Amino acid sequence: MKRYTSVLILCIFIILVQVFTQVLGQAFLLTQMTMSAYYVLVAIGLCMVMGYAGQISLGQAGFFAIGGYTTASLSTIDFTPFGGTLFYKILDSLGLLISMETLYGETVLYLSPWISLAAAILISALAAYILGVPVLHLKGHYRAMATMGFGIIVYRIVLGSKVFGEADGITNVPGFPLAPGIQVSGDFTSRISNYYVAWILVVLAMLLLINLINSRVGRALRSLHGSEEAADAMGVDTSRYKVIVFVIGAVLAGVAGFFMTHYNGGIGPSEASVTKSVRYVAIVAVGGMANLWGALIMGFLLNFLSLRGVFGHLDDAVFGVTLVLIMMFMPEGFIRMSLLSDIKSFFLRISAREKSKTGGADES
Amino acid sequence: MSGEQFLQYIFAGITVGSIYAFVAIGYNIIYNTTGIINFAQGEFVMLGGMIAYTFSGFMPLLPAIVSAVLITALVGGIIENVFIRRMRKTSVMGMIVITIGISILLREAALYIWDEQIRALSFFTGSEVSSVNIFGARISPQVLWVLGVTVVIVSGLFFFLKYTLTGQAMRACSENPRAAKLCGIRTDKMVNLSFMLSAGIGALGGCVVSPLTQTHYAMGSDLAIKGFTVAILGGLGNPIAAVAAGLLLGLIEAFSISILPMAFKDVIAIVILLVILVAKPSGLFGSSQASSLKDY
Amino acid sequence: MKKIGTVLLIIGLFASSVFAAGQNDEGTIKVGAILAVTGGASFLGAPEAKTIEMVVEDINAAGGVNGKMIELIIKDSAANPEKAISFAKQLIEEDNVIAIVGPSTSGETMQIKDLCQSYKVPLVSCAAAEAIVDPVASYVFKTPQKDNYVAEWIYTTMNSMGIKKIGVIAANTGFGNAGKGQLEKYAPDFGIEIVIAETYDKASTDLTALLTKVKAQNVEAVVNWSIVPAQSIVPKNMKQLGMEVPLFQSHGFGNIKYVEAAGEAAEGIIFPAGRLLIAEKLADNDPQKKNLVAYKSAYETKYNEAVSTFGGHAYDAIMLVIEAAGNAKTLDRAGIRDALEAISGFPGTGGIFNFTPSDHNGLGMDSLEMLIVKNGQFDRLK
Repeated sequence: MKRYTSVLILCIFIILVQVFTQVLGQAFLLTQMTMSAYYVLVAIGLCMVMGYAGQISLGQAGFFAIGGYTTASLSTIDFTPFGGTLFYKILDSLGLLISMETLYGETVLYLSPWISLAAAILISALAAYILGVPVLHLKGHYRAMATMGFGIIVYRIVLGSKVFGEADGITNVPGFPLAPGIQVSGDFTSRISNYYVAWILVVLAMLLLINLINSRVGRALRSLHGSEEAADAMGVDTSRYKVIVFVIGAVLAGVAGFFMTHYNGGIGPSEASVTKSVRYVAIVAVGGMANLWGALIMGFLLNFLSLRGVFGHLDDAVFGVTLVLIMMFMPEGFIRMSLLSDIKSFFLRISAREKSKTGGADES
Repeated sequence: MSGEQFLQYIFAGITVGSIYAFVAIGYNIIYNTTGIINFAQGEFVMLGGMIAYTFSGFMPLLPAIVSAVLITALVGGIIENVFIRRMRKTSVMGMIVITIGISILLREAALYIWDEQIRALSFFTGSEVSSVNIFGARISPQVLWVLGVTVVIVSGLFFFLKYTLTGQAMRACSENPRAAKLCGIRTDKMVNLSFMLSAGIGALGGCVVSPLTQTHYAMGSDLAIKGFTVAILGGLGNPIAAVAAGLLLGLIEAFSISILPMAFKDVIAIVILLVILVAKPSGLFGSSQASSLKDY
Repeated sequence: MKKIGTVLLIIGLFASSVFAAGQNDEGTIKVGAILAVTGGASFLGAPEAKTIEMVVEDINAAGGVNGKMIELIIKDSAANPEKAISFAKQLIEEDNVIAIVGPSTSGETMQIKDLCQSYKVPLVSCAAAEAIVDPVASYVFKTPQKDNYVAEWIYTTMNSMGIKKIGVIAANTGFGNAGKGQLEKYAPDFGIEIVIAETYDKASTDLTALLTKVKAQNVEAVVNWSIVPAQSIVPKNMKQLGMEVPLFQSHGFGNIKYVEAAGEAAEGIIFPAGRLLIAEKLADNDPQKKNLVAYKSAYETKYNEAVSTFGGHAYDAIMLVIEAAGNAKTLDRAGIRDALEAISGFPGTGGIFNFTPSDHNGLGMDSLEMLIVKNGQFDRLK
């Protein structure tokens, strides 16, 4: 049960934050916390890929964009003109068409986002599998470049295609009715429920990943760290496990893109850019590579501050500086399990210094 | 397609290709001595152009370019000294991450030193409107400068690596750093030199192409991606092959424009990269046997 | 040691950001701005931010609006739509701004158009796309001239020059795509045939291959529609290829920097633009002249760089908000909106603004003039 204690603490923390912001009259902070939660999903997925399977991916924003653009393009189709066609009737009888009134008084019929959620998961998983199988056989720099190439292709496609809105992206994406009374959308009135939806997703993803680490797959991956050749020789099917983790990371990113797009009501090509992919890598690196909690905390902090505009014009510079400093001075990352003992030794050192000071005084 | 047009596409391809080659040469020099892919290589090109532009405000073009190359080389040396040297024991992944971080830092620094405006050095000979007629196709005299400088750099590099003691020491480092050290070669010095050399070459490239392409603080990352594609295409670790691969990619892009919409031009380059990576990771001109011994 | 320090630093940053929010100053007029000051659209956002800061400083120094100071909050979105959304929500909810100026790009504006409309916050955009004001959202306005005016001006000029066959190239930005669409839409009306239309990457550094393709079609003129530095690469490459046909550009060329970067190759470029670029050359009785010269000289003295039409769009946006704040019956969001819609005959840098309930751009065809580059400077096309 020990492995779930931290998840439990996370849950308590999530609730406490919500209650505190409510009490302090700062509930608006939940907006950026919700957005950061979706980026955290990408970060912990990538952490699994980078830290535990040892594979760098510079194309993670591509999977996020696949999820987001899939739902954005599907759920902005208005089905009203197709009324009466067989396809329409089938969808309608299955209850998969949702009617909505726009701000300008028109009524539109759109496809239930449950379908685009399924499509988003399927497409990101498929893309990851097709990319993963050949690419994961490559070595370090080559793999980095191949995944970056994948990201660039996704970026170019959304930037160059009319269906994806070219440079302007897709807007007016309707909300996602997740459950009765719960709608994933950026409406201020449904902010609290959206906050919980986002963070419950994070909790679920954490449970999945923690279990994965402690499963057969996780043990196999750990054996990789020692020696890939040795693991191979022992009959561990290393490449298969790597692909599994890669696909899981991609699906998490795709799901994050899906929810974020409904939450924001739109998506733009910048979500698919190389800069975004690099940011995810930076977050994982700063969090300590093989440290899910590090990726979670750093992913939340950096994105939250960035989305609140705290860094101003220095947004990219802050990411760059943090990255370089962390890599140079604490390559195991910023947040470590041993942080507690660090703090302890810090105080021990202080008291030791105090002692030596008094000792020095005695001598004189 | 008329012969004249055909030639025009070839010239367009060569122009773009030699720019890619400049970046790829820099990648290879550093890769050879350290096994590192320096993702900040594109930023050296940008720095060269920017510094030369600033200096050309109060001195003639030639000294401005020379000082830009020297200063950028110094920056390269400092980067190695401050960041790379203490990272020697890190994994490939760590190395990728830190050079990406450095490239962000250089780009942001450039934004604050200069600003978001574009700048262009003046043409070395002639002006914006002059062009040379070659068999009916026309190119800017600056393209000839780019080509000329590429040839000089490649032959200079070839000579340096093959016949000078320092060059041979550098190659030794790339073949087997440990053995090189045992033979009394100061590998640290060689690594530092390789960073300075590749920064300087990148900066020189940035100066030569600036009149054509203009210089902008964010130009580095696009160049870095193309440069890396070219370096892989030629076979990582082979600066001479990089030039051939650069010209090849430039030509492919130019001719792809003649038949396809330009919006997807970059996709073609990337698809080529992916195919090469998967099918022949040693590059077009590399030996697959030799590459299987290397650690990328 | 270091680790603890960094941890404390981050926690401190976090806490300060949390508690800095939500302070409310009574007695000031709060205006928010979302601009792409850095990143890919900094050509737009940087001069826009400088302009707005300058205008607000000057107004406050002169005693504010009806005795009330303006409090300006500028957010740098770096052209990321998701940041624009986050910032818009902050400005609306936490900072309680009375109006939002910006964003710089059409993509970002479209992402927050419905947000501002449903929360009834006046938005005065500095971006060009037609879709911002069509369909009209009662709270959303924009200052740059409509793309179709630009297309019509270009085609009218071509008709008078006897040009019939043209090539169109555009950058892959929202601005470029929209412009290309307008050119394609209006070409038949003017009897002009577009024989080739191509999009290039906004970060392109050499376009000779693309122009070779255009040249092969024997076009009589080339139209380039973009806001990016490629605007100075196109003329250079054309001259190098020996293309002697006239080059038309969009109103995005309204920055003398691009002329300088293109050098001699810029000579003879024809493009429509607002009168800001030729402010000194206007007749003294021109209604816009006073404002234009005032803005131009103030900006150029303060920042030591030439004005661009982009800065002008932001100047118009903030001045319109200030004008509306001065006239508003009630100094709240709805009051500002009503006052904005009632503005007519307001001389801005982009033209004379006449807002109506059905027109939230408020500029006519006459807001533009055809300009030509002569001796490295902008001049009227005669």
